[in-house]
Formats: sequence, structure tokens, C-alpha cells
Amino acid sequence: MDNHELFIQGSRVPDRGPDGDLMTLNMGPQHPSTHGVLRLELLTDGEEVASIRPHIGYLHRCFEKHCEKLTPPQIVPYTDRMDYLASMNNNLGFAVACERMLGLQVPEKVEYLRVVVAELNRIASHLVAIGTCGLDLGALTPYFFCFRDREMILDFFEEICGARLLYNYIWVGGLSHDFPEGMDDKILRFCDYFEARIDNELNPLLSFNKIFIGRNAGIGVVSAEQAWAFGLSGPSLRGSGVAFDLRRDDPYSIYDRFQWKVCVGEGLVGQLGDSWDRYWVKVLEMKESLSIIRQALAARPKDGDVREAVPGRVKLPVGELYCRTETPRGELGYYIVSGGGNLPERVKVRAPAFSNLCIIDEISRGALISDVVAILGSLDIVLGEIDR
Amino acid sequence: MEFAELLGHIRAALPGAVLEEHPEAFSPWILVARAQLPALALLLRDDPALDFAQLMCLSGTHLPASASESDRLASIFHLFSPRHRHKLGVKVVLDSADPACPSVAGVWPTADWHEREAYDLLGIVYEGHPDLRRILCPDDWEGHPLRKDYVTPATYNGMPLD
Repeated sequence: MDNHELFIQGSRVPDRGPDGDLMTLNMGPQHPSTHGVLRLELLTDGEEVASIRPHIGYLHRCFEKHCEKLTPPQIVPYTDRMDYLASMNNNLGFAVACERMLGLQVPEKVEYLRVVVAELNRIASHLVAIGTCGLDLGALTPYFFCFRDREMILDFFEEICGARLLYNYIWVGGLSHDFPEGMDDKILRFCDYFEARIDNELNPLLSFNKIFIGRNAGIGVVSAEQAWAFGLSGPSLRGSGVAFDLRRDDPYSIYDRFQWKVCVGEGLVGQLGDSWDRYWVKVLEMKESLSIIRQALAARPKDGDVREAVPGRVKLPVGELYCRTETPRGELGYYIVSGGGNLPERVKVRAPAFSNLCIIDEISRGALISDVVAILGSLDIVLGEIDR
Repeated sequence: MEFAELLGHIRAALPGAVLEEHPEAFSPWILVARAQLPALALLLRDDPALDFAQLMCLSGTHLPASASESDRLASIFHLFSPRHRHKLGVKVVLDSADPACPSVAGVWPTADWHEREAYDLLGIVYEGHPDLRRILCPDDWEGHPLRKDYVTPATYNGMPLD
């Protein structure tokens, strides 16, 4: 550790010009570390960042405008395209919101299968986040390992519903397809395989890699108060030591039936709430997701029709609802206003990555330009849901 | 606190701020007077009994004209207290000819981008916002697309949109 602290301190000498003038540096919209089309306008003082002005909207596809002309079942495929790394979780959030308004009870079997696919998608999404977090800092190999394992989950989804990324699987009131024969065993075998990979491959190779720790420890520190004030959620909030997870603290679906732990950052290698903590929470969460999947598969009813409770026509009653669920990135909220017609009057999405990104200026001031890459990687943004 | 308790507490601290209450809604909300919003926001965040540390969501909506009223805009704030685990919706209704609403970005920093979004898509002007400009649409876009009377332009900078 001592060597690393020296290494970090050594690289922190600011390359200040004689008059201390600030220079504007453009990062993105075409930049490998921005995870999509994000443009950051950096105001730099030598190698140090004085402030950041983020520019978003390059992927704006008028989701909320489209919703004015679509019935709820037609909106479900559009939710896939917001956070395209965790489409199942997006579907689930929308289905839960509509079912709450309708007062619809979905069959037990559907609830369990939803939990299984949502948690599998959480692992797949975290694998991308973890892999690219390392990739941005120059660690190429773990990225390939993460994508290899994610591919197995995508294969399951393809077998279950025919699509690899955009599923339209969780419908209002049910699911589009039942699990095929033998799927439970395949998923359980994957759980055993993957759990060993986390401990024996990912952690030694990336999590506790000295260079990776050197680049992430003590960088982009967010305090718990800051995290709440800036609307951070998910691993970005829990990285600051806040044990808050909507699956436990504002329960939906059947998450209250499972035994699992809310993982938080502890400042293990640097400072509490730094980039490494936000990364580490995702690693820990994957193990908890495996545990939830195992419990759900063991308890799930085998018989029943997954389309049994799907209404022929979804007509949301008059009223308005704000409903939030926990996606891999945090709190996904749907604010739905209905006038009682076939089409909702307003659907607003509170995307977790939207709020998680808005803190970047606050926590990057004084950091090096290369640290911004590490901070951005640890915040785990998906521009598809930021721009909608 | 339950909704009724919250309401009683707010009414005692800020008489006249709450115009309407809707406990029957899926997500219970109160309608507040525009002029009272800044004081109410500070009360909601800083009063230890309320302690709304998280602004979950800030949305704008366009309410179409009805028989009794012309069209209006609404800004709704969904709040949550991590300590007390209670939620509250706070709504401000604005005349669409004068869509000015006090900004709460100084109270909850997360409101900054949400207010820019509501300004961009609905044209609600948040007074006191540090940097109110479009966020999702291009800077030179005309009109506010989520208004019910919005007509999609035929071209944008000479490019056909249809």
C-alpha cells in the first residue's frame, strides 16, 4: 500500500501554468470512457480539473412524448430501450407501477420468475459496469472475462424469451413466456460456476489489483449527506456507506420473502465513498443476487400459466402514482398520471443514472483528468436512460 | 408519520401554505401556494420531525383546459425521508401564461437537472435556478414538446423532421 500512496502522491503534482490560467478541454461525445454519447466540458488547471459542465441529450428519443400515444402494454418495449443493460429491471418497474394502479394481483409463479430474471439481469448489468470500469483504466483482460460470463446470462434470456438485450418479457399482469424445460438447472449450474469466478478470478485479477486500487482509492469521494442531497441511489449511494436498498426498504414484488444482505462500502482500501467502494458494492451485490436466485428457484411453483392474469385491455384508473424500484443503477421511478382513458396522460421517468451523473462536477473538482475517467466508470452510467 | 400527521405538522408551522390535500391518491400529495414553496421546501428538509432529505423525483405536467379553467402547468415534487421512511408529494399549479415556479435547487441539489428537464420539455420557468437552459433538446430547439398543444415543427435547421 505504501508504494501506491507514493505513486498517487507523485502523480498529483499539478502542472500549473505560470499565470494559472484555466483551459477548456472537451471530452466526448465520442470518447471511449464516456460509455455512450456524453460530452464533458472540463475546465482544467494544468492536469487538475477545476469544474465540469456535462452536456447530455445526444440520445434523446422522446420516450415521454411517445408515451402520450401508447397504451401501457405498448410502452413496455419502450422501457427496454432506456437502460438497455438492464431491460428486465425496467420492464419490472413499469409493470409494478401499472399493477399498483390497477390493483392487480399477479400469480405466485410469475412473481418468482420475475425475481429470477431481474436478478440475473442485475448480474449481467454489473458485469458490464465492472468490466468497463477496469477497461477504462487499461485493464483489458477482466473485461473479456466479464463479458464471457454475461454472455451466458444473455443466452438464458434468449432461450426464455427470444431476445438477447431488449426483452419485452415482463408484461403488465404477467410474463410473455414461461421458462423452458430444464432452465432452472441451467441457471443453478451457472450460479455455482459464477460464484467461484468472482472469488478466484475477478477479485484477484481486478478488485484487489494494486494498480486498480491505486487508480480508484480515495478518488471521487461522496459523503452520505452529499449522496442523499444529489439524489444518488443504488450502488452509488450504498458505496457511501448508506444501507438503503428499495428491495428491502420500500419492498415491491416478493423481495421481502428472501434472506439477503444490503451491501455497503466500508472504505476498505481508501476512503469511505470513493470510486473503489462504488465498484466493490457491485461485486458484493452480484453474490447476493446469486443467493436470491437460488432461493427463488427453490421456492417457485412449477405449475401455472404465466399469462393467466394479463388483462386484455389495460385501462389505468384516474389518479397519479410515483412508484420506484431498484434497478442495477438505483432508484428507477415512474410517475404516471392517468385520466382514466386508454392512454396515460403523463409518464415521467426518474432514471437512476440521470441523478447519479449530476454529482460529477461536485466530486471531480481538484481531481486529475485521468481521475475523471475512474469516477465516471464507478458511477456506472447508461446514456440511454439519462437521455430517454 | 402518516399523511394526516404530516399535514397537521405542516399546517401548524406554515399556516396557509397548503391549499388542497389528496390523501386518497395512489401517492398522496398536497397542493401548495406558489409563493410559499421556498419556505415550505426549507421546512420539509430541515424540520427534524419531517426530515425530507431526498427529493426522489421532480416532474412537470401539462394539465389540459377544462370547462371551468384554462390550461395549466404543474410541477410536482416527490419527497422521501430516509430517517422516518415517510413520503409526500408536493404540487404547485401554474398558469400556462405565467409559468414561473420558485426553484428548489438550492434546497435539494438534485433538483438542478430535473428543473432543467421540466423547463426544456414543458417550459416551466424555475426562478432562482443557477443555470436554467435546455438539457435534453438542442439549445436552439423551439417550443416545449410535452405541452399538449405542441405542434411538431416540419423542419429543424432546414432538415425535414417527418
